[in-house]
Formats: sequence, structure tokens, C-alpha cells
Amino acid sequence: MVMQMLTQAVGRLVRACVLCAALGSGTAVAQTVETKSIDEMVQVLAIGDFTAKIEATQVLATTGDPRLVPILQALLDNNLYARKSDNLVVIGKEQGGTLAITDPLTEKQLGAAAPADFERARLNNRLRTVLQTALGALQLAHPDPARRKASADALFKTPSLEMVEPLKIALAHESNGSARKALVKALAATELQFTDQPEAKRAAVVTLGAFADPDIRAFLNSRISGINEAAPAEQQELKAAMIAAVAEIERRVATWQMFGNVLQGISLGSVLLLAAIGLAITFGVMGVINMAHGEMVMLGAYTTYAVQLAFREYLPGGLDYALLVAIPAAFAVSGLVGIAIERGIIRWLYGRPLETLLATWGLSLILQQAVRSAFGPTNMQVTSPSWMSGAIELTGGVVLTYNRIWIVVFALLVFGLLIFIQRRTQFGLQMRAVTQNRRMARSMGIRSGWVDALTFGLGSGVAGMAGVALSQIDNVSPNLGQGYIVDSFMVVVFGGVGNLWGTLVGAFGLGIVNKFLEPYAGAVLGKILVLVAIVLFIQWRPRGLFALKGRAVEA
Amino acid sequence: MSLVSALPARRGRSGSLFFSTLGDTGGTILVAFLLLAAVLVPVLNALPTDSGLHIPNYLVSLFGKYLCFALLALSVDLIWGFAGILSLGHGAFFALGGYAMGMHLMREIGTRGVYGNATLPDFMVFLNWKELPWYWYGFDSFAFAALMAILVPGALAFVFGWFAFRSRVTGVYLSIITQALTFALMLAFFRNDFGFGGNNGLTDFKDIFGFSLQAKSTRASLFAASAIALALGYVLCRFLVSSRFGRVLIAVRDAESRTRFLGYRVEHYKLFAFVISAMLAGIAGALYVPQVGIINPREFAPANSIEVVIWVAVGGRGTLWGAALGAVLVNYGKTYFTGALPEAWLYVLGALFIGVTLFLPKGVGGTAKEWLGKLWPKVRASKPPLTPSPQAGVAE
Repeated sequence: MVMQMLTQAVGRLVRACVLCAALGSGTAVAQTVETKSIDEMVQVLAIGDFTAKIEATQVLATTGDPRLVPILQALLDNNLYARKSDNLVVIGKEQGGTLAITDPLTEKQLGAAAPADFERARLNNRLRTVLQTALGALQLAHPDPARRKASADALFKTPSLEMVEPLKIALAHESNGSARKALVKALAATELQFTDQPEAKRAAVVTLGAFADPDIRAFLNSRISGINEAAPAEQQELKAAMIAAVAEIERRVATWQMFGNVLQGISLGSVLLLAAIGLAITFGVMGVINMAHGEMVMLGAYTTYAVQLAFREYLPGGLDYALLVAIPAAFAVSGLVGIAIERGIIRWLYGRPLETLLATWGLSLILQQAVRSAFGPTNMQVTSPSWMSGAIELTGGVVLTYNRIWIVVFALLVFGLLIFIQRRTQFGLQMRAVTQNRRMARSMGIRSGWVDALTFGLGSGVAGMAGVALSQIDNVSPNLGQGYIVDSFMVVVFGGVGNLWGTLVGAFGLGIVNKFLEPYAGAVLGKILVLVAIVLFIQWRPRGLFALKGRAVEA
Repeated sequence: MSLVSALPARRGRSGSLFFSTLGDTGGTILVAFLLLAAVLVPVLNALPTDSGLHIPNYLVSLFGKYLCFALLALSVDLIWGFAGILSLGHGAFFALGGYAMGMHLMREIGTRGVYGNATLPDFMVFLNWKELPWYWYGFDSFAFAALMAILVPGALAFVFGWFAFRSRVTGVYLSIITQALTFALMLAFFRNDFGFGGNNGLTDFKDIFGFSLQAKSTRASLFAASAIALALGYVLCRFLVSSRFGRVLIAVRDAESRTRFLGYRVEHYKLFAFVISAMLAGIAGALYVPQVGIINPREFAPANSIEVVIWVAVGGRGTLWGAALGAVLVNYGKTYFTGALPEAWLYVLGALFIGVTLFLPKGVGGTAKEWLGKLWPKVRASKPPLTPSPQAGVAE
């Protein structure tokens, strides 16, 4: 009876395929196959014998219907059941003695049932292989291009002979650029590995050689090592072609990696810029080394967490915009704490920079411990809004995540804003006057104490905003600020005090140099080299790249 | 601060060199106390447990550790209190000294390691190293290791200081690059291929000079050695700062540019003090490691070095004996709080940093000295001010 059902279904399917092939639209297959026939095939999957199951799977694979993916997956995972009384097929999950069942096609919850009423669909190894291939083919026809690309990438990693035809069909209908590339890649890799025609193999090598992809290089290298000296001339020719292709890929990858390093360096530089710029302001204007600066960053990150928590509680729909609210909130929190610190502690220590350093270090310990007591020592979850997640994948294995791009933009915006404040506002004018010559500024009627407090507030507030950005790429924990403090100091010392442009150059310079050294020296050694380079640089220019000149410096 | 009063070219006193170099009451008490402890503590430790005067073993090793910290604090006070150099990287010299000693102790293990390899320490066997790296040669000998514990920190301080002081890197800039120095060293020592045990550092020591490190008598001897080292270190520092050299150093602290204009090669004075200080820190580290039984890269953490500075600040910057006192006081507090109220320790430490800088700028030692000076005005009048004024180092 089952066989009969199957032949019937296959007959319908073939008709449908022929029909759609005639219309010249392959991706429309899914829509033209009648739901009923799919239902019948699913029945076969659950209760048919192995041969029937395999045939049904292979037929289903050609439909390209994305609804089939969970069913095949369930069968593969031993989660497909049929009711003993009426052969109703369900996907079941065993939960504490009962079976939570769902309808396989509509994915509707059907409640719980007793496992004894159901029979689990059986599998053998051959069926497993067929299922895996079918899943790959189905995913190649998924409506979401990203999913299609992912499954093509998976097929590239584990090529199999059966997938040549599905790949070709998919390629013929693929319109999305990156998914198409992935398909070409997977097809070429499959052909190179499985066809016996030398021309097709050579063509595949040429196709692969046109990519700048480290994965292809690895794949070709594994093929090259598979061909030994004793192989026939034809193989040797292929080997030479592959070696040439690898060389070509290597050259291209190297160029892309170089470009990628610059991008990574800019990304690191923007983080350093955000962390250091507040420090540069306070150090430049007040000559105060604020060791609690990292904790201002940390407070900003925790403010982000708190704002997100509040949004989740009271305004779940606006969660995507929590970050936009967190920016001013973090500025306010860190800025106010900064002003409190200035009025409470630093004010009493002017003219004693080393003592200020110690007092603010003590403060940083207290703030860290306070946050640890309040929020606990574990990392807090700050989720990225949807407009910040995802990535652009460039050729050559270079990946740019959106949150990194946003942080670069954000850092530059903050920098621009600070330059504006410094150059174009009354407060900025007073700030510069105090930086250059405090006594003279006071004589001209500038209330230097007031400028100090506001400057410290501004510097701390900017640190808080840096915390918002860092919460997106780093763990929000009480130690968040500690990791950046040494680097921030290096940026300030390198760039020079009292000049924001120096900080910009310092941050991006250190970021890029760091990322360029990393591939050659490793992350840790690269960092050590940068530190040593800065220590040596200080010998050459003790006041940094863009030092203030004149007598004010010696004060 | 008057420069003239800070620079009396000769000391108008004669008498035994020892007592003249001690010079001050606090120091005399410290040295006497240390020498007494070096003798008494091992004796009292050896008494039967039920005796009322018995000192338990854990206290001996605890205070032995404190004395090493005190020597480290002393070395920081020599440069911060008298030359105005705030080093935030002195933990690096301490740790280097500790590593030198640790390497010797590793060699002493011999075939008793987990892998029983006669030539390679356990971690090298574990990393599949085939032969001993060249920089481990010689550490079989205690004398060589002891020499290295002094010379390596000294050499590093010389190179670093030579560059820094020649280029007139001063104040907070110097503090920050010393911090970078110890941070870079920490990262380096964390690496396995650096050859010093990576993350785990050096540990599992068995014995020193053939005496087990677990033995009561060894621990008591190490305590005594630490006490004597601290006493000698104190006498050396006191001798240095009350000599003509010390006077110039104080002048550098209070008005560097002026001293330079008077014709002194400021950088030479600073460099000398810096190197001596680093060597003292190295000795402290070398004595510390056999007592705690481990040395790992975390000793290089910048936070540790900054903590040393607060010991000095609590005890009294520029008093020498106060620094030693501060180290013991703060560390005793740390031991107490981390045991009784672990949450509270960082609050206490943080409050110490803030409170001492705001309300007790001369530290316990300096303040005590002031009070004593008020009680016995004569004593005060006969001495030039040694402790730095709060404004010191800025008034240029």
C-alpha cells in the first residue's frame, strides 16, 4: 500500500517538475507541488521501508520546499513519529515521560501525548547520508539568501557527488550575488573532487583560482598533497594548475589581509580614541592623571545595561533604541560622578599630580568594588540592537561587523563634537586658556576652579559614552575599565597633551600598528613591542607627538 | 622649601659611622627591633607549642613575607621620598629578583619533579622542550642566582633609567611609562615560549641549600634572613640619603631644574638612586619567593606596583623606616580583611589611598615625627627637613 502511495506521489511530482521546467521557473517548484502529495511523502518518511524512505527523501529534496527542512531534520534526529492508531505523522520531543508533539508541516503545537501511542521512524546509515544531502539541497532553495549562502558554504566544506546536480540547478536560478559566489565555489570544489573529466577539473581549478579566499587555498592545498609523484601526467598537469591557482589566491589574500589589517586597526583605534579622549582632556587641562578614568568607562557600560533593563521592563518595543537613550544617560551618570570626584577629592590636590594619581587609583578600587557589590562580579548581558548586528563580508576572509563600523562612526562623531566645543564655544576658549597658562587665565577673570570641574565632568562624561560603545564589543564587568587604562595612557602620552588631534593620531596610529604587528608577532608580543616602542618614543619626544610649546610646558 | 637648608655640604658630627648613618630615632628603633626579631623569633618559634611565648609557624612565614614587602617599600621610598621619582613599576624589579631565585629553586628540584627529568623543569617537559634554554644556565648555583637576583633588576633599571632620565622624562610621564614597563613584562612572562613557566610561573619548590622549604627551621631562618636584609637595606638607604649624595638627591626632588642649573648632573644622581632601589627590590623578591613557594607573572601586575606606593604613603614618604612600617601595617590589614571581610578589603584599600593623600600627606611616620618634634624642639632644630613637603616636586 505504501509503495502504491509513493508511486502515485512521485508521478504527481514528476508532472509538476516537467510543468515548471517547461515554464522555465525552477524555484517555483515548491509552490506548484500540491500540499497533499507532500503530505503523503511525509507519511512514507515516517512509516515506509528504508528503500521507500530513501526514494521519498530524494524526491522531496528536489521540491525545494523550506517547510520540509524541519521534517527531514527531525527524521535525522530521531524525532519523527507516527501515531499507531491512524498513522498521523508528528514531530515529537520527549519531555519528562510525555511527548510534546507538533504538526510537521504547519508546525502547530498539538500538545502532549503518551509515547506509547507513537512509533518512532526508523533510520539506517544509507538513509542518513541521503537525508543529509537532501537537507543541503533543500537549504539551497531556501527563500532567505543568507541561508542559501550558508548551505552552499557547508557544501563547499563537505562536498559530495550527489550534490552536483542540485548545485547546478540552484546556480541557474540564484540571483543573489554573495549566495551565487558561494554556489560557484561549492560547485567547483565538488567537480574538482568528483568528476572524472579532465576539462571539467581544469575549469574548476580556474574558477577556484579567481577567488581570494583562504578556505579555497586550504582546500586546494589538500588536493595538491593528494596527488603524488607517481600519478599520471594528466594529474601532474592538474597539480601544476592548482599550485598556480594557490599562488594567485595567496597573492590576492595577502593584499586583502593588508586591507583587513588597516580596517581592524581603525576599529581598534576608534575604541582607543573613545577610551583615551576623555583622559586627554582632563590630563591636558588640569595636568591630572585620573586613574579612575577606566571606571568612568565601566560606569557608562553599566548605565547602558541599566537603560536596557528599564526598556525591557517598560517599553519592550523600543529595545532597539535603548542604546540611543543610553548615550546621554551614560554621559550624565559618568559626568556627574566626575564632577563629584573633582569637587570632593581632586580639588584639594592641585599642584600634586602624583598624589592625585594615588587618590584616583584608590577611588577606582572603591568604584570597582561598589559595582561588584551592586551588580555582582559576573558579566552583564548587553544585547546589540538589530541595526547593529550582522556583518559585511568582504573578499579574502575580511569581515566587517556592523557594530565595529558604528563604533568608528560614533568615535569620530564624539571627536568632532569635542573639537567643536574646544574651538567654538566660550567654555572651550576658557578651557584652552587654562591649559596654556593657568595663572594668566585666572588673571583675565576666568574662574579656573569652575573650568576644572566642568572639564573633569566633560572628560568623565565622554568616558561614559565610550562605555556605551564598549558594552557592544566587550564584557560588561567590574574590570571593564582596567583593560583599557594602560592603553589609554599610552595614547595620551604618545599623542601629546593638550591637543585633541594628537590623541586622534595617537589612537589610530597605535591601533593600526598594533594590528599590523599581530600577524607577525602574535597578539601579546605585538602589544609588548608597541609598549616598548612607546617607551623609546618618549625618549625622543618626552611630551608626545603634538606637544605644547613654550614656557607653559615646564609649569 | 629652602634649598640652602637642604644642602649642607658636610655633616658636622663625628662618632661611629653606624650610629651616625642611622641618624634618626625611628630608624634606630627599627634596626634594633629587626635584629632582635631575627634572633628572638626563631628561638620562640622553636619553643614547645604549649608554651605561652611560642610563635606559631604561620606567623613566622607571614611576617617573613611582610618583611620582604617592607624592603620593597623601602626601595620605593628611596626614590620617591628622596628623588621624587614615582615608580609605578617597582613590582617588576621585585618579580625579576623573585624569578631569579625561583629559577634556582627549580633547578634544586632535580629529579624529584612530576616527570623526574634531571635536566628540565616540569613545565619544559610538559611543553615538549628538548633542552634547557641558555638563560637557565648557571642557576644551579645559588651564588649565581643570588647575583642575578640583584644584577638583572639593576641592569633593567640602568637601561630604563638611562633612557628616561637623560630625556628628562619626569613626573606623571615617568610614572606612566614605568607602569607600561611592568605591564609589558607581565604580558611577556605570561607567554609559555618565554621560558619562565608562563601562566603558572615557577612553583613546587622542594628545598634550598638542601634544607626542605617546609621545615620549621628553614622558615625561621628565612625570616631571620629577611629581617637582617631589611636592617642592612635600611642602613644602606639611610647612609645614602644622609651623605652628600643624598643631599643632592633631595635638591633634585625639590627643584630639579635649579639643581641642574647649579651644575649637578641630575640624571646621574637619579639613575644611581634608581638602580640601587631596583637592586633592593630584587633582593626583596628573592627572599619572598622561597617563603611563599611560588612566583608567577601576576607579580608584575601594575596594580601590585601601585599598592607598594600606598604602603610608602601610609608609612610616611621620605622617612625610610616609615615605609617599612607602612608595608607591614597595610599588609597586616590586608591579611585581616581578606580573611574576615573579603568584600570590604578593596573599600579599605581605596579609602586608604584617598584618606592618606588628603588628610595624612606625611603618612604615619611623618606625622609621628612632627609630634615628636613638637615635644622635643631641640631634636627638631638640629636636623634639616628630610620629609618632602606636599608641594615637593612641583615647585619649579
